[in-house]
Amino acid sequence: MTGPVIGPVIGPGAAYLDADFVVRRGDFVLDVALSAEPGDVIAVIGPNGSGKSTMARALAGLVPVTSGRITCRGTDWDTGEGQPVQVQARNVGVVFQDLLLFPHLSALDNVAFGPHSRGVDKTGARRTARAWLDRLGVGELSHRRPGELSGGQAQRVAIARALATEPALLLLDEPLAALDVGVAMTLRVELARHLADFGGVSVLVTHQAIDTMTVANRVMVLDEGSVAQIGSPQEVAQRPRTDHVARLVGLNALRGRSSGTDVQVTDAMSLTSVTPFDGEVFASFTPSAVTVTLEEPTGSARNRWQATVQSVVPHGEAVRVHLDAGQALIADVTPASVARLSLVPGRAVWASVKATEVAIYGTTPSGPDARLPSRHV
Amino acid sequence: MITRAARPAILTSVGILLLAAGCGGDSDDGASEGETVTVLAASSLTETFTELEGIYQEEHEGVDVRISFDSSSTLAGQAIEGAPADVLATADEATMAMATDADVTAEEPQLFATNTMVMVVPAGNLAGIVSFEDLNQEGITYIACEESAPCGALAKTLLDANQIEAAPSSFEVDVKAVLTKVELDEADAGLVYESDAVASGDKVETIEIPMAEQEINNYPIATLTQSENPDLATDWVDLVLSEEGQGILGEAGFGAP
Amino acid sequence: MTSRKGVRVDPAVGRAPLLLVLPALLGLAVLVLPLVSLLVRTPWSTMPARLVDPVVLDALWLSLLTSTITMALCLLLGLPLAWVLARTHVRGRALLRGVITVPLVLPPVVAGVALLTAFGRSGILGAPLRDLGITIPFTTTAVVIAHTFVALPFFVISVEGAFRASNRDYDLVAATLGADRWTVFRRVTVPLALPGIIAGLVLGWARSLGEFGATITFAGNFPGTTQTMPLAVYSALQSDPEAALVLSVILLLVSVLVLVLLRDRWLQQAAR
Repeated sequence: MTGPVIGPVIGPGAAYLDADFVVRRGDFVLDVALSAEPGDVIAVIGPNGSGKSTMARALAGLVPVTSGRITCRGTDWDTGEGQPVQVQARNVGVVFQDLLLFPHLSALDNVAFGPHSRGVDKTGARRTARAWLDRLGVGELSHRRPGELSGGQAQRVAIARALATEPALLLLDEPLAALDVGVAMTLRVELARHLADFGGVSVLVTHQAIDTMTVANRVMVLDEGSVAQIGSPQEVAQRPRTDHVARLVGLNALRGRSSGTDVQVTDAMSLTSVTPFDGEVFASFTPSAVTVTLEEPTGSARNRWQATVQSVVPHGEAVRVHLDAGQALIADVTPASVARLSLVPGRAVWASVKATEVAIYGTTPSGPDARLPSRHV
Repeated sequence: MITRAARPAILTSVGILLLAAGCGGDSDDGASEGETVTVLAASSLTETFTELEGIYQEEHEGVDVRISFDSSSTLAGQAIEGAPADVLATADEATMAMATDADVTAEEPQLFATNTMVMVVPAGNLAGIVSFEDLNQEGITYIACEESAPCGALAKTLLDANQIEAAPSSFEVDVKAVLTKVELDEADAGLVYESDAVASGDKVETIEIPMAEQEINNYPIATLTQSENPDLATDWVDLVLSEEGQGILGEAGFGAP
Repeated sequence: MTSRKGVRVDPAVGRAPLLLVLPALLGLAVLVLPLVSLLVRTPWSTMPARLVDPVVLDALWLSLLTSTITMALCLLLGLPLAWVLARTHVRGRALLRGVITVPLVLPPVVAGVALLTAFGRSGILGAPLRDLGITIPFTTTAVVIAHTFVALPFFVISVEGAFRASNRDYDLVAATLGADRWTVFRRVTVPLALPGIIAGLVLGWARSLGEFGATITFAGNFPGTTQTMPLAVYSALQSDPEAALVLSVILLLVSVLVLVLLRDRWLQQAAR
């Protein structure tokens, strides 16, 4: 295995981060399993309430697990019994959603706080802090208070603060959500670079698809407390197994029962594909594969449904039309078509897709135990 | 122009002012049954005047007697400032002179009792005090009234006369405070009036002070000019000076005027 | 649009209603009139002579000394107490808070009596101390105890409020960075609650400076040892009213001075 390794070398078979636990909070049950190697950047996505934050908090030690275990670098952090290892004793770095930079300390002292608390003397801690701020490109702002920093600058300081303690596990909770689009884009690329250089495991909780594409090497999809899908970003984006992700990546993904090449989505709606399969499947097609017409289509497209326009939204150079055909569908059309067909909310239209455009894939997730090869292999 | 919204505000403010004025100053009500008599009395008179209160109320049905017991100097000050009281009784003539000089006494003050100062020690006398000179001993804590009060002035006189050099540990606001602290064994000794020692009964032991019989306090009593019920006020003074009143005072340890 | 006083009024808001303004002015008068009268009646010409009177100097020094020590005790005892109330999950916290608030509403003389029953020569703690040769009443220590008893609740309530209002998430952040609970308290919780702590100190100090009933009942009244400014004013009131005025004015000016000094600091903190 190539690539940087931090800390003691662990015996073969033991993952750097090994977690398989359940957290029960009131009626909500979170049941996840995750294992990761140094250098992995795992994006955790899912709708609100799916348990993303709870998972991050359990890994950080801010919430005890009800059962199961979390082990990092061979040390048990939480075994579900007895007292879990305290937050301050785990080597975890956290970048919080609302940053939470100490308002009464300068940027430098914010970053120095971690090393200093862990025993480094004040001058040494400040030197380390300055080095990290320089690496994040905000060294000049060392003496400013958080209140005097812009969104992007503060975010960089928060990242530096988390990395300064050289944690084994880095948790980022919606790190770019509060930033302007332009600032976020620049920072996203930088973040990808820093996380690539980072020698521990990074877990990134996000609701922005582009984060997963740019920054992560693995994606975990949570839905109602359990893992719905796990895989590489490309895998998950091309073959989403949840509505949430499908919407996130802008793909039409319909779940149904396939026999041969006929897929029964609901009693009222069916699809034809060119892939024979028997069993539960997802049938996906891109928005650009959807043709919108006013009259029933006469062409060869075998899949055609009546639909009502829900909304019309510019999307890059095309226009994205959200349709209700019993199931939610997305179609990309040209601006000219929008005008020609006068597509406005409420308009009755026909949507059609060629069978050859439909991709079929199974419903079983890759499985929580599946370990994709670390990118360092 | 007074707006509609302003009227309630103005009425409220005026109302408050009238109430405040009414609570304070003179009214021109004539004396009648159903009134109150307010007596300002030195704290050493607590037990005796309380007993007299009961007798007075039996004789004057419907009249409410209110007695304020405090340090004589405080009471004299209040009377001078115009407190709505009818009678003033102090523990020495000097304090009453303050009131007379300020023209708040309606008539010539009359002496109604005398009091001698004694030393009291807590029951049990743990400190083992036998005489007044023992106050000079190291480690003995004793207390007296504030010098501006009659009992304090008298205490100072006697302490000087007996050449006691040790200073008291505290100057209490009135003689009852001194008495209470000795009763509670917070001080080894205290200088109070004989009447207070009598009132305290078993809780304290009394030790005579040399030359105390030469320095006695004369208690004057007078009605006040601001009294709203001069007749009722005079009745009180008469009761105090009567055989009954004098008897009660004598039993309590006061001397004859 | 102008109001009757010729002040320009925001057209969107309109004039202040008379129903509010009149009582407000009355309230202001109640507060301001006595203070102004005090300043007017003070014998300013005799001030310099009186200021060097040993009784005055003794009282002033004693008041400042005892108030300062009281404030130190409030910090030492009150900060941890406020922290326990705000940050831990001790059972019966509401009851604890109630108990701490009682001295706030207790009449000062009652407080003095209570202190006597505890620390007096026959008191629960005082009696064993007496056997060891230690008596507390009539000493400056007694004054400090009385002041602390009445000032500590002010301080604790104010600081507890500040601890509870400040974002507990910062404590969590510090923990993730590796700080133990004591470091979190020292470097995060307290600095962030500083305005509340200062407010608590000011309140406690003011209460301590004006303390009378508990002091005179428990500690007694002796110049230089237990006669703080309020007691000196009371003692002077009968024998030498002018001295009382002078003492009162000095007390007033000292209080105003401290308030002014602290107010700037206050504003500085709030501006962060």
